[in-house]
Formats: sequence, C-alpha cells, structure tokens
Amino acid sequence: MRRLLIGLTFAVFIVLLIIPLGRIFIGAFEDGAGGFLKGLMRPEALHALMMTGLVVLVVTLLNTLFGIMMALYLVRAGWLSERIKGLLNSIVDLPYAVSPVIGGLMIVLMLGPNSIMGAFFEGIGFNVVYAFPGMVIATLFVTFPLMVREVMPVLQELGSQQEEAASTLGAYGWRTFWSVTWPSIRWAVVYGLVLTVARSLGEFGAVLVVSGNIMNKTQTATTLVYQDVENFNVAAANGVALVLVTFSVGLLLMMEWAKKRKEVH
Amino acid sequence: MHVEVRDLNKHFGDFHAVKDVSFDIAKGHLIGLLGPSGGGKTSILRMLAGLENPGSGEIRFHGKVVNHLPPQERGIGFVFQNYALFKHMTVFENIAFGLKVKKTPKAQIRDRVMELVELTGLKGFEQRYPHQLSGGQRQRVAFARALAPEPQLLLLDEPFAAIDAKIRQELRSWLRELIERVGITSIFVTHDQDEAIEVADEIMIISQGRLEQKGTPWDIYKNPQTPFVATFIGESTVVEDASQLKGFEHAVEGGHTKALIRPEYIEIGLKNEFTMLSATEKGTVKHLHFRGSQWMVEVDVQGHKLITYRSLEKTTLEIGQQIRVLVHRAYLFNDSNSWVVENRLKEDPMPVMI
Repeated sequence: MRRLLIGLTFAVFIVLLIIPLGRIFIGAFEDGAGGFLKGLMRPEALHALMMTGLVVLVVTLLNTLFGIMMALYLVRAGWLSERIKGLLNSIVDLPYAVSPVIGGLMIVLMLGPNSIMGAFFEGIGFNVVYAFPGMVIATLFVTFPLMVREVMPVLQELGSQQEEAASTLGAYGWRTFWSVTWPSIRWAVVYGLVLTVARSLGEFGAVLVVSGNIMNKTQTATTLVYQDVENFNVAAANGVALVLVTFSVGLLLMMEWAKKRKEVH
Repeated sequence: MHVEVRDLNKHFGDFHAVKDVSFDIAKGHLIGLLGPSGGGKTSILRMLAGLENPGSGEIRFHGKVVNHLPPQERGIGFVFQNYALFKHMTVFENIAFGLKVKKTPKAQIRDRVMELVELTGLKGFEQRYPHQLSGGQRQRVAFARALAPEPQLLLLDEPFAAIDAKIRQELRSWLRELIERVGITSIFVTHDQDEAIEVADEIMIISQGRLEQKGTPWDIYKNPQTPFVATFIGESTVVEDASQLKGFEHAVEGGHTKALIRPEYIEIGLKNEFTMLSATEKGTVKHLHFRGSQWMVEVDVQGHKLITYRSLEKTTLEIGQQIRVLVHRAYLFNDSNSWVVENRLKEDPMPVMI
C-alpha cells in the first residue's frame, strides 16, 4: 500500500511536471539547434521577449516600491483607524480571488477608448489600453499582493520598538527606515521581488485582454506562444516557451536561496 | 532635568488610561512608577518620551512645554522592556547609533562608546551581536545606548522584568550606582514593590490611571494615604469590621470601617511573653510556614485570619496551639477616610506603681 502511494505520487509528479518540461525541451530542438534559433530570432519573437522584459522590469520596480509602502502603512500607520486598515488589508488579496482575465477586463472597461478616463488620456495622446501602460497596470494588478504579503508579516513580527528606540535616539523617519527597518525586511523584499518577477514573466490572461495581442507592438512572450500554437507553429512556440521555462527555473533556485536567507534574518 | 507634569490625560478609544496625573520631579532624582499591570504607568512614561500624545495636560522640561516636540527633540533616553536592541548591529554600533545620528565626529564617537562599554562592564563584547549576549548583557547595552547621546532624562520601562531573579538583584544595585554616578534624572516603571523600594529615591504609586501617592519609600510605607496604597505596599491582611479587634473598639468613626494590618503590627506569643496581657486576645495557630530566617504564622483570632512573623529564637509554636495576640496598630479606612490608629489598651489606663 505504502509503495503504491509513493509510486502514485511520483507518477503524478512526473506526468504533471517532468514530462511537459522534457516535451518542451525536445519540441524546441525538433528541427535542431538551427530551428530553435530560427524560431527565436523571428522579429516578432524578439519583440515579444523584449516586451515581456520591459513589463517585468517596470512592474517589479513599481510593485516593490508600492508594495513596501502599502505594507508599512498597513502595519505601522497610527493615523489609519484599525477598521480602515482591516478593510484595505482584505482588499489587497482581491487579485488572488479575481481571475486575471476579469482583472484585465476591468481595466479595459475603466480605461478603454469608450470610457471617460480612457477618452481623456487618448485626448492628450496617451494610450493606456492596447498599449504598454495598460499591460503594466494589468500585470501590477495581478502581482500587487505578492510583495505586500511577504513584507507585512515580517514587519508585524519585528514590532515597532526598535523603530521607537531609534526615534528616542534622535533618528527621523528616513534614517530609521534605512538603518533599522530595511535590514530586517530586505530578504522578505527579495523574496517578494522574485515572486513578482516570476508572476509577471508568466502572466497571460490579464495581459491578453488589455494588450489586444498586436504582433510587434503589444505582444508578450506568453501571448506569442499562445498565437504560435494557434497557428500550428509548434516548434517556434516550444522555443519561446523554453526561454521562459529557463528563466522560471532560475528564479525558483533564487527563491529557495532568498527563502533561506529570509529565515535566517 | 526638572520635570513637571500637569493634569495629564490619555484615552485609548473608550479606555481612560491616564486620569488627571500631576507631579514634579527634581533634577537628579530617581523615581519609581509603581503599580499593578495595566494601570497606566507605561502610558505616562511613553508620553514623557513623546512616543504617545497626551489627550490633554502639559509636560514641561526645564519649565518649557514639550508637548509638541517629537521624541527626537526631547533629549531623553529610553530603555524598553525588551531592550529593542538593533539586532543587525553589533554592540558597538548599537551604542554609537545616537551619536552617529547627531553627526558626532568619528573619534569622539569611539571615545564615548568605549567609555560607556567600560562603565557598563561590556568590555570585550563590542563586536558581538545582540543574539550572542545574555539577558543581563543586553540590558546593559540598552542602558549604554540610551546614555550615549547624554540625555537629560532617562526613562526605563520595566527594566528588569525579562531577567532572572538572581541577576535582577545584581543589576538593580548596579543601575542605582550607575545613575548616581552619571547624575541623570531617571524614571522607571515597575510592578515589583521590592524593586521600587530598593532602587528609587521616590515612588509614585499609580493605579487605574490615577496617581495615588508620591513620596519616599519610607513615607509611603509608614503613611499610606489611600487604602489602595496601604494594601499594595507591604504584606497585609484586611479585617472587614475593625471594631471587632481588641483595643480598636472605639477607634471606629462613622459607619463601616475596615482595618488593614501588616505582619509587623502584630505580636504573638505565649502568655508569659507579654508584659501587658490585658491588651492581648486569644488566638489559635492555623499554619506555620518556615521562611528561612523566621516563621510565618497564620493565626485565627475570632474568625479573622491574621499573618505575622516570629523569630526562630523564640519557642517554636505548634499548629492548633492557643496563644496570645497583640495588635499594636491598624490602618483603618472606610469609604470616605483613612487613618492609622495605635492600640488603646497598650497605654495602660491604670499604671501600677512600684
């Protein structure tokens, strides 16, 4: 019985994870290394990878900044009543519960060309939906809880006494943050950062809705893979997918490392 | 620093944590804020530090109102209950923090830190991190860190609460000496009366947000001004109806009066041990507890349980033994008043002339 269970567990693991990974690898090199490179070097593939890279970069920066600030306010702010904090705290988790596609749709409805705000931005020559800003907003929506949820518990556990001690020793907010708070939360931030990168690298639904998936313009790596598969260009799709997988595995290893450091400090 | 506090109030939601507290503290004094947990002591301390805003009232340092000043500008040192050491900094960096913030020149910081390291007996530990230190050592680092920027007022929140009993004793006398040597005005919060009595020049008893009494430990012990202070300081037994005690039948004023009796107010013994037998009454030994240097005796006197001590030099009593009990004095109180009364029968109404 015990052997059967162990065997079953491994079978599931292999069928779900190992075989698809191997399949992507083999698929990418179906036409040899040349085929793999050719698929990757297509202008639309290069552009899509660049778009993904840009989205990841901007989203990670913004999410790190606002995630840390949100966590600080939710845990420390004395000027927010407990009730409002509780409400905000539960809203932070909204993106976990809402399907990314719905999230993207909300952004289209709010900022699309037919909406008041969208029309206003379009009037001043700033396209949000079906353009880069919309993709960033959609990805931010999806990744927002990641940083907040990593940093908040660490801040709570840390308590405010060290910060108060710093203030009685003459240090104001900025100094206190950098010399007292930051060293304690930095590994949680690194962990949240890796999660954010991983999530925005692989984001599909929200971006698909908001970007309109326009080739060489708003197409990202994931939406390109989707389109390649639709067009039966499986080898090329596997090539791009392999690049994404490689990054993800690298991130996973980093995550393990960051997690260990987080536990140490 | 001369500290004045006037009509201080603090609410946390519906909870009235500090109620109309006023006091003055003279420069260089060491004050103990004593009272049961949750009585508002820490809130008062935090308001003095500027970590909490008073609801109303005034705090003055050197005659100047400091209510609007943030903690950074008050020139105070604060020692937290759990020390709140910066855990990713070494002992040296912890102590140096306040000086670094002030942009003190490096050489001067070094000198000052080394001086404090010496003073607190932490020599050789400068490069350790807080988690590599014992509780007592952490406590010393917290003192040194608070003292480094040369504050004018040192505030200590339950400074010894997290330290085991033996080292606590040591640290107490160490702190007392240190503060005397530095000559800094200090206020510490504690719920341990032994600690307050031993360490403080003056004690302020705080209960349910009110300042019950302020005075030297001896004053407070001898002349408690409220029933709360009387019960809180020292050991005591309360007798519900004071007039039932022999010698206090006529001491009772007005309505229902209770008597509070400390162990040292009571003398017990065999008949032949008293010169004035008429003032004593009968009692039965209920329990005997050996307390190292003396016996703690529980006596039953007309249904009241009284507690007192008896020297080991005297005849050892036995449980159930009939003895005589003399109550020298009692602290009487009712709803409106409280006063100390001596046993009337002690002053022999008919002295026998020899």
